[in-house]
Amino acid sequence: MSFSVTEPSQRQKWFAGALVIGYALITILPLLWIVATGFKSSPDSIAYPPKIVFQPTVEGYVNLFTTQTRLSEAAKAEPRDDLPWYENLVRNKGNTIVGSSRYSERFFNSVIIGFGSTFFAIVLGTAAAYAFSRFKVPLKDDLLFFILSTRMMPPIAVAIPIFLMFRNLGLSDTHAGMILLYTAVNLSLSVWLINGFIDEIPIEYEEAALIDGYTRFQAFYKVVLPQALTGIASTAIFCLIFAWNEYAFAVLLTSGSAQTAPPFIPTIIGVGGQDWPAVAAGATIFLVPVMVFTILLRKHLLRGITFGAVRK
Amino acid sequence: MKTGLIRSVAVTAIFGAATMGASTIVHADDLTLCWAAWDPANALVELSKEFEAQSGHKMSFEFVPWPNFADRMLNELNSGGKLCDLLIGDSQWIGGAAENGQYVKLNDFFDKEGITMDDFLPATVTGYAEWPKNSPNYYALPAYADVVGWTYRKDWFERPEIQKEFKEKYGRDLGVPASLEELQQIGEFFQGRQIDGKTVYGAAIYTERGSEGITMGVTNALYNYGFKYQDPANPYELEGFVNSDAAVAGLEYYKKLYETAAPPGASDAYMSANIDAYKSGQVAMQMNFAFIWPGVEADPNVGSGKSGYFANPAGPAGQFAQLGGQGISVVANSDSKDAALEYIKWFAQPEVQQKWWDVGGAPALKAVLEAPGFNDSQPFAKTFLDSMAIVKDFWAEPAYASLLLPMQERVHNYVIAGQGTAKEALDGLVKDWDEVFEDEGKK
Amino acid sequence: MYYEIPMSDSTLERVARATPIPIANKVRGLSDRAIAWIFVAPTIIILLAINIFPLLWTIYLSFTNYAVNRPNREVKYIGLRNYERILGDADTWVTMQATAHFLIWTIVFQVLIGFTLAYLINKKFRGNDLWTTIIVLPMMLSPAVVGNFWTFLYQPQIGLFNYVVAFLTGADPSSFSMIGNVELAPWSIVIVDTWMWTPFVMLICLAGLRSIPDSIYEAAECDRASKWRQFWTITVPMVLPFLMLAVLFRGIENFKMFDLVVQLTGGGPGNITTLSSIDLKREAFEKWRTGFASAYAVILFVTVFGLASIYVKALNRVKQR
Repeated sequence: MSFSVTEPSQRQKWFAGALVIGYALITILPLLWIVATGFKSSPDSIAYPPKIVFQPTVEGYVNLFTTQTRLSEAAKAEPRDDLPWYENLVRNKGNTIVGSSRYSERFFNSVIIGFGSTFFAIVLGTAAAYAFSRFKVPLKDDLLFFILSTRMMPPIAVAIPIFLMFRNLGLSDTHAGMILLYTAVNLSLSVWLINGFIDEIPIEYEEAALIDGYTRFQAFYKVVLPQALTGIASTAIFCLIFAWNEYAFAVLLTSGSAQTAPPFIPTIIGVGGQDWPAVAAGATIFLVPVMVFTILLRKHLLRGITFGAVRK
Repeated sequence: MKTGLIRSVAVTAIFGAATMGASTIVHADDLTLCWAAWDPANALVELSKEFEAQSGHKMSFEFVPWPNFADRMLNELNSGGKLCDLLIGDSQWIGGAAENGQYVKLNDFFDKEGITMDDFLPATVTGYAEWPKNSPNYYALPAYADVVGWTYRKDWFERPEIQKEFKEKYGRDLGVPASLEELQQIGEFFQGRQIDGKTVYGAAIYTERGSEGITMGVTNALYNYGFKYQDPANPYELEGFVNSDAAVAGLEYYKKLYETAAPPGASDAYMSANIDAYKSGQVAMQMNFAFIWPGVEADPNVGSGKSGYFANPAGPAGQFAQLGGQGISVVANSDSKDAALEYIKWFAQPEVQQKWWDVGGAPALKAVLEAPGFNDSQPFAKTFLDSMAIVKDFWAEPAYASLLLPMQERVHNYVIAGQGTAKEALDGLVKDWDEVFEDEGKK
Repeated sequence: MYYEIPMSDSTLERVARATPIPIANKVRGLSDRAIAWIFVAPTIIILLAINIFPLLWTIYLSFTNYAVNRPNREVKYIGLRNYERILGDADTWVTMQATAHFLIWTIVFQVLIGFTLAYLINKKFRGNDLWTTIIVLPMMLSPAVVGNFWTFLYQPQIGLFNYVVAFLTGADPSSFSMIGNVELAPWSIVIVDTWMWTPFVMLICLAGLRSIPDSIYEAAECDRASKWRQFWTITVPMVLPFLMLAVLFRGIENFKMFDLVVQLTGGGPGNITTLSSIDLKREAFEKWRTGFASAYAVILFVTVFGLASIYVKALNRVKQR
């Protein structure tokens, strides 16, 4: 084993590890609590003091996907053994299912708007980034700066005219409107990140292709695109996560048909009072994809969150 | 409808198992009814199945929880959305919705169908249907009668050891309070007490900041101490009415109630928080709208005789209670106005209104409320009627939201955050409201 | 503004190299200039439509008494009246103070904890990758959903947070309410934001630490500089530009803060945690005072832009040192 002055000692490593792991355990606790609450019964979730050990149940998930009402006395008395398990679960609490809830719709709105806006942001962003990287675009630095500065605006500040614009164009509460809006917000990120990734591809590859008789377009999608693909994919995930998590515009511009999950989840409510297990179940289903993406993304994380300003 | 189709296919395919066959997909001819997400709304879904069967129209529902309800629905109306065909909008929205043409005026329809407002409780007609107030211009049919009242733990009140201790302390029997002052004493008596090995508290009251919560609570004290919205002889004249000495006393009372009887941390509580506190056995009393009473009766912990109900007790200046409740309106922007009117016609029928009461709704139709045996139909039926007889409502002006928000802020700042004095809070409110009325050109 | 930041290499230089003229001339098909415009135009058009046009519209509206919910009222030009009202209103300054409190303390905590964590992780103990990923998770989640759930964690009688604090300090869990208490509420939002965003500062600091070549430390070691001295003369100055960049990002983000706090406290109690964005949203979309709110929006935008510009100047000075 070679000696190095910069290599920390075993004791230092052990000490650093203990502190970091301690912090990680504390920081993960609220997330674990969300997941656990999703599997509690309603009384267990508001137990006083809070319960750490409990009988798991999927009641919260059933409540999340259904609308319920109280059973009448007559209906309660009538014995039923032909019901599916979820109906029985609800019946035991004196309720009956009267329909599906709107959670699944909201979730799919999030999927449609998230993927739709990501697609456009990536297509337009890649094109613009390629042009910025490879051509002499007049006022290029100003344009790039302008693209970035749009991200600094508080969403609420431009929300008023966007609200008016959407109302006049009939875009309020539509998927198209939200996709357009999130595309615009994500463009700054996608242009900046992809621009960085394309800059890293040696220009000689393209030159060779052009000399071989490729057109610019061919050189672009046969040479540059395959090389930049990993970078573009991680950019796409960042765009998706932004659209997935966005709240301020969603709460102002959508109501029934195009509402996404973030404004909806806090408004999940059960029969009589806030239904925390259902909220937690909704949150869990919604947060888990992002957690998975984060783990997949960990190599590109830093670059993504700093708009490419820090490259590792 | 292309996205609608894609979505419906996706929803059906993936969540088909979970959604249990009940389709929520909107077709152009279908009716969407918007309301708050609360127990009565779920009861209405059940009730409306009869309408669907009779008319062939399909009903969809969009329910938004109270803290977001006004926000979302006023946004919907102001953005010219087409989400709702029928809207059971809160009573105070009627002025704005009528003046901006967002609700359909219903006078001709009522005349044609033989529906008369004389058949409904007068307070609900004024509160939910008329604009301007006290004029025969109707923009809604009273749909859900509601009022702030009190629920209490009868089982605790009846315990001999508690009764004995209360009598020793206050020199009277523990029972339904006859005045707001008595209510505060009872709250204070229970505050921090050990019952069945748990620390319990006095009374869950409205303290919510974000929407309308604390205003809907504090008015129950303000009215009864002598607060008035304006000079009765001189409309929009606020000075000396909103901030009279009596009103100041009322606001101070509410702060005292909050400090001596509310559970710790109940600084942002509205309907559902109070229900939670009460059902989990934390409090002896709760202030809440009457809609919760069927749920209390049905609750395994506090239901079936363990709870009692009383109307908001009197104060030095009389006995009033904050009006809740809503009328049902047809949204002017809707593409299915005829079908929506059909729904209202169906809903107004006495049999349907009776059934509405039976499933947990609260009709405003006299034929139901004044029927023999109504008082005994539910343990809370009489309290409900008594309360409906003493209602008062907040401003229903078109500028309603601009009037509500400063009240929320001023009152919350004084009562919960403890900033300044009651007089300063109400003086500030006069200033804010004056500014709104000046902007409106009413002063 | 960001392109002056030290870590990104100069795009200008790369492009100068990027387009060798003789080759560009030989290309068949569309000219490069045409392609460049076709590629860039859609992005610029969308951003103009969704950002610049609305911004100009906001500025126009800020001089009027327009109200979205009063379509029948005549729209009047009222000059600077809206601006006078906002700047003359004591409540505006209360929300500005709340915003400043939130901004300053979140940055202080995130920098301290974030840097410490990065420093520790840089000791490269076994499994540091796994734990880093776990620490990073909160940052990527939806602030509105997380904020909503934290109201549950902060519940005095039933919330986890109070019980954890009670467990550590021995206090009665229901004796304090993070959201309800005037003294504690401003800290309740600082805690959640710190929980969420410390990993952001941590990641950037970590990149800074890893960018320091071992040779510098080795040289210092030869000069017999103490570890303490090495820390202050090598580690801190080398990480500082990274740290300042992290502060810039967090500062802009937290000046815009809306979703997390609105779900967490709704601006209460009273208006103790009413940050500027929350106040603005109330004026614009609850009171529907569109003209007034537009003026408010302009003031906020100018503030954030101005502060950020001053900061970037400072950042560049640090970089040049």
